[in-house]
Amino acid sequence: MYLLDRPEDIPPRLTDRLNLRIAIIGAVVVAAIATILLRLWSLQVLDGEHYRALAKDHGILDVRVHPPRGEILDRNGKLLVANRTVMSLQLRPSDLPSDRDERRAELRRLGDLLGLSQREIRQRVRATPQYAGYPVVLKQGVDRRLLFYLLENKERFPGVSVERTYVRSYKAGSLAAHILGIVGQVSPRQLKRPAYRGVAPGDVVGQSGVEYSYDRYLRGIAGSERIQVDALGRPKGMLGNRPARAGDNLRLTLDAGLQEVGEEALRDRGLPGGFVAMNVRSGAILGMGSYPSFDPSFYTRPHTKAEYETFGNRPGDPLVDRANQGGYPTGSAFKPITATAALEEGLIGPDTIFNDTGSLDIGGLVVHNAGGAANGPIDMSTALQVSSDVYFFSLGLHAEASGKGGQIQDWAHAYGLGQKPGIDLPAAGAGLIPTPAWRNRVYRSHKNPYIDRPWNQGDNVNLAVGQGDVMVTPLQLARAYAALANGGTLVRPHVGGRIVDVDGKTVERIKPPPKRHLKISDETRSVILGGLERAAMEPGGTSYSVMGGFPFPVAGKTGTAERGEGQEDQSWYSVVAPYGDPEIVVTVTVEHGGFGVESAAPIARTILERYFHLDAGGASGAAAAQSAGAE
Amino acid sequence: MEAAKPSLTIAPRRSLAERLSLARIDGVLLGAAVGLIAFSVFTLATSSRGELAGRPMYYADRQAIYGLLGIALMVGLSRLDYTRLRDLRLTVYTAMVGSIALVFLVGTAVRGSNRWIDLPFFQLQPSELAKVLLCVSLAAYVFERVRRPFGLGHTLKLLALGLVPAGLVLLQPDLGTGIVLVAIAVTILFVAGIPWQHFAAIGALAVLIAGGTYAAGSAVGIEFLHGYQEDRLTAFLHPSEDPSDASYQVNQAIIAVGSGEEVGRGDNATQTELLFLPERHTDFIFAVIGERFGFAGAAFVVLLYSVLFWRVIRLMRQAASFYGTLIAGGVLAMLAFQVIVNMGMNLGLLPVTGITLPLISYGGSSVIGTFLALGLLQSVYAESRAEVFQSR
Repeated sequence: MYLLDRPEDIPPRLTDRLNLRIAIIGAVVVAAIATILLRLWSLQVLDGEHYRALAKDHGILDVRVHPPRGEILDRNGKLLVANRTVMSLQLRPSDLPSDRDERRAELRRLGDLLGLSQREIRQRVRATPQYAGYPVVLKQGVDRRLLFYLLENKERFPGVSVERTYVRSYKAGSLAAHILGIVGQVSPRQLKRPAYRGVAPGDVVGQSGVEYSYDRYLRGIAGSERIQVDALGRPKGMLGNRPARAGDNLRLTLDAGLQEVGEEALRDRGLPGGFVAMNVRSGAILGMGSYPSFDPSFYTRPHTKAEYETFGNRPGDPLVDRANQGGYPTGSAFKPITATAALEEGLIGPDTIFNDTGSLDIGGLVVHNAGGAANGPIDMSTALQVSSDVYFFSLGLHAEASGKGGQIQDWAHAYGLGQKPGIDLPAAGAGLIPTPAWRNRVYRSHKNPYIDRPWNQGDNVNLAVGQGDVMVTPLQLARAYAALANGGTLVRPHVGGRIVDVDGKTVERIKPPPKRHLKISDETRSVILGGLERAAMEPGGTSYSVMGGFPFPVAGKTGTAERGEGQEDQSWYSVVAPYGDPEIVVTVTVEHGGFGVESAAPIARTILERYFHLDAGGASGAAAAQSAGAE
Repeated sequence: MEAAKPSLTIAPRRSLAERLSLARIDGVLLGAAVGLIAFSVFTLATSSRGELAGRPMYYADRQAIYGLLGIALMVGLSRLDYTRLRDLRLTVYTAMVGSIALVFLVGTAVRGSNRWIDLPFFQLQPSELAKVLLCVSLAAYVFERVRRPFGLGHTLKLLALGLVPAGLVLLQPDLGTGIVLVAIAVTILFVAGIPWQHFAAIGALAVLIAGGTYAAGSAVGIEFLHGYQEDRLTAFLHPSEDPSDASYQVNQAIIAVGSGEEVGRGDNATQTELLFLPERHTDFIFAVIGERFGFAGAAFVVLLYSVLFWRVIRLMRQAASFYGTLIAGGVLAMLAFQVIVNMGMNLGLLPVTGITLPLISYGGSSVIGTFLALGLLQSVYAESRAEVFQSR
């Protein structure tokens, strides 16, 4: 009807022009569709495999699952180091604002909160493999205040999350801090070593103490989870996993109670020093401590670089383990070594008498006994009892020394002095036994006639009484006394007792074989030990005032080492007990502690009392002694 | 008059039954459209199930409802005599411009763009309907002049009618729909037969205006393209530089489509399921189809569109009225332009502009707008069939 009403509605002739234009439009559409189909063919059929592979890789994230680190316990099963979880702050760079200024502003806010510079944040982000949603750990150990602040201001920190991670928890505070050691992120240099195979950057490994030396047991085996993630890095399901294996636990040979008594006695004295208590036959360390000490939990909290430096450089160098790393002249505590050399090398016999006039002239230089005492004609046993310097000066004067050795030097080396003690702790001190070769190599310019001069027999005289250049660590001296006490076996000291898996099953017992056996005649041993027993137990003995009242005989030697002009002497005491059948050696040194009997001997006695349970009502120490022997 | 043109017979008023006769519906066109919306619902039902927690069928259900509503509207519209719309051209045109302008007053901004009007059950996107309304009204205005010679002035006036709504849409800002409106306007003028010289002049003018304002604007610090628009427009030229910017989407889409291989990955379609692909039920749904159903599925969709376009081009030649030819030309421009640009961007051939895939992309306004356009075509078809019957 409308068609009639409106003449202009008459259907248009399909003019050539209209035909052409419709044909052009049709051609354009056909061309476009053909292009699309060709492109589809090219992408899906020709290159399909390539893109299928890309897509399959996409969205798969391998996440490392960290196992809890093994716990560390003392010999009786008392927990010393456990784990606790802390919140660690992570950043997902892919979730940061896409706007450049907003991103910068957020990182600035974050840096201010964490005390990190923009450069540090950028470095950490770069150090983490980039992938959609891969988190970068910016800080471990976020405190509660910061956590709440971040939760409350979540929208201001897109891409920031806080997740749980493990850190060490020190159940006994700073007890045995030097032995336990600390953990930290694995260093690039460590990663290159075969011992760290399976460890990934960012993993936490032991960096000192037994944490370091038994790391391969404690660290466990990291697991992995293959997770399907979406484009925002949100997990969408697990594709597979290899469970992490918790680290094995480490039982130490340490007796926490004895350790505590030793540390407390040392702390009460208030002077820097160290002590070692060791089973003379097995080399099991029952206690080993150093004062001043440190709180290892410091390293579980976030600190600035400056704070770390300040912590390590406090007065008294608390990080130094004086028992294992501190090398000092020992003074008279060295005399049993000189005595062994003199008797075994035939310089003197057991009954050889020297007349101690109180002084000795060695080539024009007159040396005196400490305190100027004159002991008259004495044999070796008495010389040890009263600690006659003149007697031992003479031995030093008559002993030969040339090149890399000498009678005293050789025996000192045989006793393990001047070399690393082979303990299962990193960074043990080797000490120093001076030889002509050593002195002539080190002091070449001869500018100072007293110090910078070639070797002479005076050096040997000094060495004979543990003075001069000699450097011995308390652990080394304890080991030497143990060899004397046990019949000549030079043990390998160890703090590791056994490795126990998470089910409590012993995986491995740590029983390092002795380093070597010294050929010392029973006569020599009985003369020397007898002298030390008299020194401790008989009136006139150097440590009688401290040890005289001990319930059963012990054999101990004081040492008082000169530390230079204007400085208090270094106080030493080394004792084996019981005298008849020695089980334990205790060696104590106190810097600036004066005479050996003043500072070191009382501490040693306190430790012995604890060991033999004399402090708690005089109970027998047999049980403890037996278990010590078993390790 | 009848006597002057004896080849024409008077059309008797048709009965209601006759009007509802299936013979008056282009079954092939209807089949292609229903096939496309069905494929869309199937795709939405099998993919993006995890997007809204606890509501796996959210998009599929809704799209199915929009589709049914659209088909009903299409059939209803096909029963109307489209030529009546010529008289309503001013009303239609005003309503179109008004509705676009309305979003500036009461619109809802989504991701910085003011395109939507909140209705009780529905967010209406007037610019989707504007495409259809522009076809109807501009074709009518053009038709008014078609029997007289075209001057350049006329051409420019008619072009301006198309550019006003396009400009408004660009201001929302909605670059994609704006370009579609321009494409519709230019195509209608092209079909109307304006001289080639005019096209050359329009082209030159466009380049001059665009280049001039852009240069002048940059000089005084005005940015005509939003940063993200500029990024998207150039990203396809260098698709693999940085996974975090606009080219990321293009990259992800290409990987998704390619990984579909011949027959698709089905439920293993990680690329699209794991959100690597944004806008995966709207702008990038073709990549989803490519990944899930492979070349077979994607080519099937292309085939359905090809059938659709073939029927529209055929209709342009068959229309009883030249007005119908112009409307069909406009609708063809609207559909083909969107299909080509959307697929082109899914396949990394064309820049990323927010243009959806008609009947396949999720979205009520788009589905209903497209079905309204198809309803118009069915009406044109019905008239042409009536003519055939009468001519017999």
